[in-house]
Amino acid sequence: MAVIEEFGPSIARGFWLTIQLAALSGFGSLLFGTLLAAMRVGPVPALSSFASWFVTLVRNTPLLVVCIIVFSGLPAIGLLNQTGFLVKAFVAVTVYTSPFVCEALRSGINSVPLGQAEAARAIGLGFRGTMSQVVLPQAYRASIPPMVSVLIAMTKNTSVVGLFGLAEAYARLQGLLNDNADQRIQIFLVISLGYVVIVELISAVGYLAERKVGTSR
Amino acid sequence: MRIRHLGTAVAAVALALSAAACGDAGGGTSTEPENDYAIAENPSFPEGSRMAELAESGTIRIGVKVDQPGIGFQPAGADRPIGFDPEMGKIMAASLGLEPGDIQFVQTVSDQREPFLQSGEVDLVIASYSITDDRREVVGQAGPYYLTGQQLLVPSDSDISSLADVEGTEVCSVTGSTSLSNIEEEGATPRGFSTYSECVDQVLNGALPAMTTDGAILLGYAADNPDDLKVVVEPFSEERYGIGYPQENPEMCQWINDTLTQAYDSGEWATAFESTLGQSGVETPQPPQLDDCSENQG
Repeated sequence: MAVIEEFGPSIARGFWLTIQLAALSGFGSLLFGTLLAAMRVGPVPALSSFASWFVTLVRNTPLLVVCIIVFSGLPAIGLLNQTGFLVKAFVAVTVYTSPFVCEALRSGINSVPLGQAEAARAIGLGFRGTMSQVVLPQAYRASIPPMVSVLIAMTKNTSVVGLFGLAEAYARLQGLLNDNADQRIQIFLVISLGYVVIVELISAVGYLAERKVGTSR
Repeated sequence: MRIRHLGTAVAAVALALSAAACGDAGGGTSTEPENDYAIAENPSFPEGSRMAELAESGTIRIGVKVDQPGIGFQPAGADRPIGFDPEMGKIMAASLGLEPGDIQFVQTVSDQREPFLQSGEVDLVIASYSITDDRREVVGQAGPYYLTGQQLLVPSDSDISSLADVEGTEVCSVTGSTSLSNIEEEGATPRGFSTYSECVDQVLNGALPAMTTDGAILLGYAADNPDDLKVVVEPFSEERYGIGYPQENPEMCQWINDTLTQAYDSGEWATAFESTLGQSGVETPQPPQLDDCSENQG
């Protein structure tokens, strides 16, 4: 593969950025998505309705629009002007992915028998204790497959920020195709392969997690 | 259905926010110049040549850019691109005996230019298409019909005055452009956006210190915001814009060169320049020396 020898460094730099962004946004979305899910099923009406609104709103907004708001819209009114681009990308991808994480997790929460929560209340646990000790652990286990799908979609979605100032894998692809018209197919294959490897890794981790802790019925 | 209303409100806010991101395109006029190029009467071409086929068919499809003010730009709502490249297309069509109205302009983004020529999606590509050896491996490129070079666009109060100053800073251009890889080699962090206007906005917002691309495009933006922006550094790359044609029609090269030579001599090339790129106040340059067609066989 002459492509690897010639463009390896550039492609590697691009994928390094893709991986950084996917890892950061992955953790960010899991955290924020869990918070949203807890708000949605929680006892505080204000938080619960805020979370449902947020999920409905963001789930119906294309990622491109979220990116335009974060990268162009907010700086135009003087916000996030001096923020690093990786941080902006992290914000955009995390905000966009969290509602999907929230909904995947909620499907897991719904699969936990009601008796579990009642038993937790009966031994004196409050809402926090019930969620963190009893409900969420079981919910996570039940929602591994949809969660893996969400994370895979998120990884591929990171390519959108290639149009918003980050030279990640997709942006590198564009650049290499533009400058090396005679090796289009090889370049395309190498970059596609990179994405396949990342996605397969996520799938493999998901599969292992499912084998280890997943719910089997 | 309050959700729908809220969604509409948010969409409106998002649009309002992003309206800033698609401001005035700048660079030249926003109306199509009305140049009358001499339409050839009954042009004759060798039997079976691509030119004869095109003249016969009464239409030609030309790939152009739609996001480069002054060079090839299609304002929102317009149905035809405006700029130096489309004007070149009209000159090419005129030599086949075709009116400007017979041309079908096709939008080609940078990395579609070769595939569109190879698959016969377009007959010619005139889209700020720099001549390179790599490209001549897969398509034909005649010309050059225009020379430009990469420069920097910075805020008026910027300290950046030489190319060495960009090292360690962030500089934007269009994702995937050659300008971006050049600036990366100078030690800057490349920041690619989907359009030039988004990139200009980043500089105007103060989110980024500089923008880079071919000087011709930058001058258009500087002319649009004379108080806020300036073009700095001498051109540090040589871009030779050429006209792309399918490799299986090598006979087109000489026809393109002959047509360009004629446009140079008749003053039509200068007219095309003045009515487009020249609007930003640059002087009309000398037409560049054309490559010999024998160099063009990859």
